[in-house]
Amino acid sequence: MNHWTFIIAAYVVTLVGTLSVTAWSYAEMRRAEKRADALRDDR
Amino acid sequence: MHVLANPARFLKLARPITPWLGWAGALLIAGGLISGLSLTPPDYLQGESVRMMYVHVPAAWLGMAGWSGIAAASLMQLVWRHPLAAVAARAIALPGGLFTAICLVTGSLWGRPTWGTWWEWDGRLTSMLILLFLYIGYGALASALADRPSGPRIASIYGLVGAINLPIIHYSVIWWNTLHQGQSIGLTGTSIDSSLLWPLPIAMLGFTLLFAAIVLMRMRALLAEARVEARLRRLASV
Repeated sequence: MNHWTFIIAAYVVTLVGTLSVTAWSYAEMRRAEKRADALRDDR
Repeated sequence: MHVLANPARFLKLARPITPWLGWAGALLIAGGLISGLSLTPPDYLQGESVRMMYVHVPAAWLGMAGWSGIAAASLMQLVWRHPLAAVAARAIALPGGLFTAICLVTGSLWGRPTWGTWWEWDGRLTSMLILLFLYIGYGALASALADRPSGPRIASIYGLVGAINLPIIHYSVIWWNTLHQGQSIGLTGTSIDSSLLWPLPIAMLGFTLLFAAIVLMRMRALLAEARVEARLRRLASV
């Protein structure tokens, strides 16, 4: 049994999951803060 | 902690800290994982598959630390009605749940070449799966009750009750005759050889810093959404 297939799969799962949640959280934060700033500027 | 009870004061600190935590975390993760893949020897018993330790252990740590954070924030919400406690708990739920899922998947991938099976209903694996279900339940509950005044209180009670699972996960390898190996890293020492161990704290610190950055980003998003809703309500009432 080649262990490297399992190692690569484990690293890919971890990195894809970590990058996805980081990018999603960043995009959500930027969108929400932009919207809040735009409403404050409209006052 | 009460110093940060004011959302404006919290944001003043969180805005400059977030990118530093994120980039420091990313660099340490890269350093820890590259070292773990290329600079450490194979284990005498497990062979190359031991390299999965550098992603599996940080994921397990963050899954459990995440729920500890939810429980601490829940206690603050119930006892002191800390205005940021419910926001922090909601912000932790998604990354905490994700790292619990990563722990289960990488554990399964590690188990196949090591134990000869993808899954076994043993104490450690089952209690981690329960933790994943707890995270899913928390996310659903917090979202469903977000607009109700009693929502944060109900979610806090759920967060505290769910914390009962944390000692069960920790002691599962001692209480039951389990397939999962016993505790190999403790406060007083480790049974892992130092030639294999050294990249692990680097990777764990990196993932922890990135986790903190993700939580801060999600808290900032929730606070900005709350500001928008409050502003729209004021405009509607004029």
